[in-house]
Amino acid sequence: MFRDAPHFDVRDYLRKEMMPHFLCPGCGHGMALRALLWALHELKIDRDKLAVVSGIGCAGRLSAYIDANTFHTTHGRPLAYATGLALARPDLHVVVITGDGDCLAIGGNHLIHACRRNLKLTCLMLNNEIYGMTGGQVSPTTSETRLTTTTPHGNTEPNFDACALATAAGAGFVGREVTRHVPKMKELIKDGLQHPGFAFIEVLSDCTEVYGRKNDMGSSSEMVLRQKSEMRPSAYRDSVDEPFRSTDLPTGILARNHRPEYGAALRAAAAARAAK
Amino acid sequence: MNAIDRSHHKPAAKLLSGNAACAQGAIDAGCTFFAGYPITPSSEIAERLSSLLPKAGGVFIQMEDEIAAMAAVVGASMGGVKALTATSGPGFSLKQENIGYAAGAEIPCVIVNVMRGGPSTGMPTRPSQADIFQTRYGSHGDYPIIVLVPASAREIYDETLRAFDLAEICRTPVILLYDQVIAQSSETVALGGRPPAHATRKWASGPRESYKPYAAGDDLVPAMPRPGDGYRTHTTGLTHSESGFPSQDPETVTRNLGRLYAKLEKHRDLIDSYEAVRCEDAELVIVAIGISARAARRAVDACRAEGHKVGLFRPITLWPFPEIALREATKSAKTILVPELNIGQLRLEIERLLRDRRVEGLHLISGEPITPAQIAAAATKLATEV
Repeated sequence: MFRDAPHFDVRDYLRKEMMPHFLCPGCGHGMALRALLWALHELKIDRDKLAVVSGIGCAGRLSAYIDANTFHTTHGRPLAYATGLALARPDLHVVVITGDGDCLAIGGNHLIHACRRNLKLTCLMLNNEIYGMTGGQVSPTTSETRLTTTTPHGNTEPNFDACALATAAGAGFVGREVTRHVPKMKELIKDGLQHPGFAFIEVLSDCTEVYGRKNDMGSSSEMVLRQKSEMRPSAYRDSVDEPFRSTDLPTGILARNHRPEYGAALRAAAAARAAK
Repeated sequence: MNAIDRSHHKPAAKLLSGNAACAQGAIDAGCTFFAGYPITPSSEIAERLSSLLPKAGGVFIQMEDEIAAMAAVVGASMGGVKALTATSGPGFSLKQENIGYAAGAEIPCVIVNVMRGGPSTGMPTRPSQADIFQTRYGSHGDYPIIVLVPASAREIYDETLRAFDLAEICRTPVILLYDQVIAQSSETVALGGRPPAHATRKWASGPRESYKPYAAGDDLVPAMPRPGDGYRTHTTGLTHSESGFPSQDPETVTRNLGRLYAKLEKHRDLIDSYEAVRCEDAELVIVAIGISARAARRAVDACRAEGHKVGLFRPITLWPFPEIALREATKSAKTILVPELNIGQLRLEIERLLRDRRVEGLHLISGEPITPAQIAAAATKLATEV
């Protein structure tokens, strides 16, 4: 399927005892997981030194499938757990896997402060526009008018543009990709993993079972083909003057800066004070 | 400019507040990570450690909220370091979620709760002892926990050392619980009498293939995998099997939760701590903690001077409650008096443990500490009724 990956076998990176996985048929999360593992493989990151921290929800469950040091934490808090872990163990490579509800609703405060702080972490947010694990309730990224189990008359709340939010909060690296472009996803995640600060990567995933079906969005392949044109983060987009609005959701690297990395800055300040 | 050279003079005693003694205790216990959030009356611990920890090669971070501070502490401990957070009632409420995680996933850590008046924002600068049950039952579900209740700045120092020891030995969160008066009063503290604690974590060793992160030996405390050592395990707040992976198998779930309780019971000789004063012949025993116990100590002497046979039982470990010691100390007592700064919490536990005795409370919820005179008056009244 991916001929440009002759030396990468995803099975080498998965915990076989955890198979079969619990993702629904058509779910995009498996593709995002594949892209992450492929990126880790190409960067030759030592899995003994890799820590994957996840929250609660469908995305949160992915950490258990990865053959590394994995931590399935509490709802919305993986970035806060990862902050403690990365500061205590700067020798580890810390990756956070989270979902749109985990990261932007219950964990929203932790996200903006992680962006502001710029501690070296790679945060992979899988956005399927829905609370899938609990049966399909509206999330902060559910597009307006969509039907969910808690918006039976259509969603009336504007939704977040997570990348615009992360950029505004100062994240060192911000990018977005869709699950149908696995090699591009892999390249974006590689760039994020190598960024010497906080990297926020949003992957537009699809939930066919409890979101697509309820909104007559067709099969998984039909859903992913329309992602860029149909996902419409209104809260940010509608705040931009109409002539400047883009038609499709932008993907790729959306922001990158070289602000000081928090952990290094903290250690340098302590060393400077000790030298006095 | 000081004309007298005092550099050779190393005083044995320091004037320290309870919170300062806690910060010093954390450093001496080998704590290298603190995450917190500003809250009265515990902020001095964070302020001190923001200066002391970087000097000791550790990390201090002020997080975006109380929840994040607790999460960062658990995260740091999962990375292998001794970690601390400190808060007061409103913040302690917010920390419960991740305290439960630490209890369930067996992650050592220490949490200080400096009690102030409640409920809600309550009285930030006034003392209270109303978090007795929240420390025990604050997070959802069944889980055991260790709670220590020091009553002076010196004892806060000692119990901070012990809290880190117990957290590591038993692989559990440990809560240090004291009130605003002890936290913010400065007292003479003689340090150096006790060597710093050196309980170290039991790390996983041996073959990686057959390693099970939650398989415990005789002490019922599983060796912990250190990230980087090659064990590549999974840690979760879901109920899990010995492999660490999620499990809802009834027998597995029952056995693992049972072990959490049994492991603390197995270490009761290390955990239990109390002080019994003049209890041998006491007909009335006062049971109190923290600042109320210090007032009670003076009330005991006052009552004895009047000829009343009064003693004091002071738990230093609150949970699990040192019930064997309580029964021993109250053998000759017909009446128990429980003075406390709440509407009746410790009294409930004493009533539960001593059902055949008359248990009376002296409850003050005004935001003021109880005075020795108030306790002596209540004790004298009960003693003369007997």
